[in-house]
Amino acid sequence: MAYVAVKGGERAITNAHAWLAETRRGNPAVPELSVAQIREQMQLAVDRVMAEGSCHDPELAALAIKQARGDLPEAIFLLRAYRTTLPRFGASVPVETEHMAVQRRVSAAFKDIPGGQVLGPTFDYTHRLLDFKLAAEGGVPAAAPVADETMPAAMPTIASVFAQEGLLETPAVAEDAPEPFDLTREPMAFPAARDQRLQALARGDEGFLLSLAYSSQRGWGSTHPLCGEIRMGNVSVGFVPEELGFEIEIADVTMTECLMLSGFASLDGELPQYTTGYGLTFGHNERKAMSMAIVDRALRAAELGEEVVAPCQDSEFVLYHSDTVEASGFVQHLKLPHYVDFQADLLFLRRLRKEQAAARAAAATTDAMKEAAE
Amino acid sequence: MSNLSTSADHHSEKFVESTARQIWLSALAKASPATLLPLWEALDAPDAVTLRPPEVGMVMVRGRTGGSGDAFNLGEMTVTRCAVRLASGETGIGYVSGRDKRHAHAAAVIDAMMQSPAHRDRAERLVIAPLQTAARAQTEAVNRKAKATQVEFFTMVRDRKA
Repeated sequence: MAYVAVKGGERAITNAHAWLAETRRGNPAVPELSVAQIREQMQLAVDRVMAEGSCHDPELAALAIKQARGDLPEAIFLLRAYRTTLPRFGASVPVETEHMAVQRRVSAAFKDIPGGQVLGPTFDYTHRLLDFKLAAEGGVPAAAPVADETMPAAMPTIASVFAQEGLLETPAVAEDAPEPFDLTREPMAFPAARDQRLQALARGDEGFLLSLAYSSQRGWGSTHPLCGEIRMGNVSVGFVPEELGFEIEIADVTMTECLMLSGFASLDGELPQYTTGYGLTFGHNERKAMSMAIVDRALRAAELGEEVVAPCQDSEFVLYHSDTVEASGFVQHLKLPHYVDFQADLLFLRRLRKEQAAARAAAATTDAMKEAAE
Repeated sequence: MSNLSTSADHHSEKFVESTARQIWLSALAKASPATLLPLWEALDAPDAVTLRPPEVGMVMVRGRTGGSGDAFNLGEMTVTRCAVRLASGETGIGYVSGRDKRHAHAAAVIDAMMQSPAHRDRAERLVIAPLQTAARAQTEAVNRKAKATQVEFFTMVRDRKA
């Protein structure tokens, strides 16, 4: 591939960007959208941009969505670009999702999960009928009902419920675990261990992971998943500042977690147990967390002695193609001038056609002479 | 009355050695600027020398494989830090979520005040306690809303004798 420096587009580009700004604003007779409005009323878009932008900051994500005219992959790109300008203070203590202040927690596998099935603010069970009351504008909806009693602040995970019997795989912390792989510091490398895969999936494009998960469900590297648990709520993030030398909680971050149960295996010679796939994202994003969990499990095929036969089980295929910024950049770079490539192709094609035309003419002459001779 | 605990309480359950300073630093870090800054402005804090001006950066948030296993890198979050010193010598550190430099500076000064016998009571009464009350109320309100969406299964028992 070759690029060629092209000059002369400066005025055109400036004017194009001015038009972009005007178009972004839309009809000036309609009030302008504020960043705060996007942050508060387009929360799930903000959550997706933070998850795939790999940067938790609702204000910045909302600003990126405004600047990108609502194009979420473009907003994700803006956020990724911004994060490169900031220094890294360090890494958090790994979050304890078991202590999540649960807003929503359901298990599709186990009806009687301790703590119960808590629906939270969900689209599930809505009729998906357009609500024209929302188009009428104005008015604050009635406050959501509150219970007289509170729930336990933390709910046991499905893994901990069955841990005693050993029915579910429950990964433990290795004493000598190395620092986790960091895609923001190291290039993608293979074979990729699970920490690297989970980071890539957490940053990965939701649509791509959804399709892969769907392909697995339909039999392309089937994982036969059952949804063990989905939980959404605030998780405390702990950090040890270098000046202090002890941990402080610096934020409550909303996260969605999913544990998929999928197939039995005897791990390390133990009795058979459910193996699991894991999904975790910033914000409220169940589609992403569930897809991530299914794909995480599919990518463990080799480790669990399963034959790798489908795209969703192939870590190079999945990890090399899951990043929306890279994928979008490589597809869309085709818009940039490729004049030299095209010029070279044309020269080659013209010569090819000329040579083949000449060869065909020569062959026709030979055939005619043969016929004449017979 | 309520079996709710704030996450700072969680922390103290998990790590018995959790100190008062950890708890107030967390309250300052987690507060939204919109909640903290009015309290800060009403505090009439003493002058403080800036040791490290407010700086915006990132912390890489880590998860655990399967929720309980080895760490992996989930994604970063924005954090602002600041360090100050009071005339009486106490050094205050602010590490707060987000990019609000006033928030980080206020947190640092209040941290220093909390270490100073002369200022502690006022900082506790006018900032830390109200922040903790607000955070607890917020957590409890969310908890009660969630509780209201808890499914109460019932099973129809068919009379087989009839």
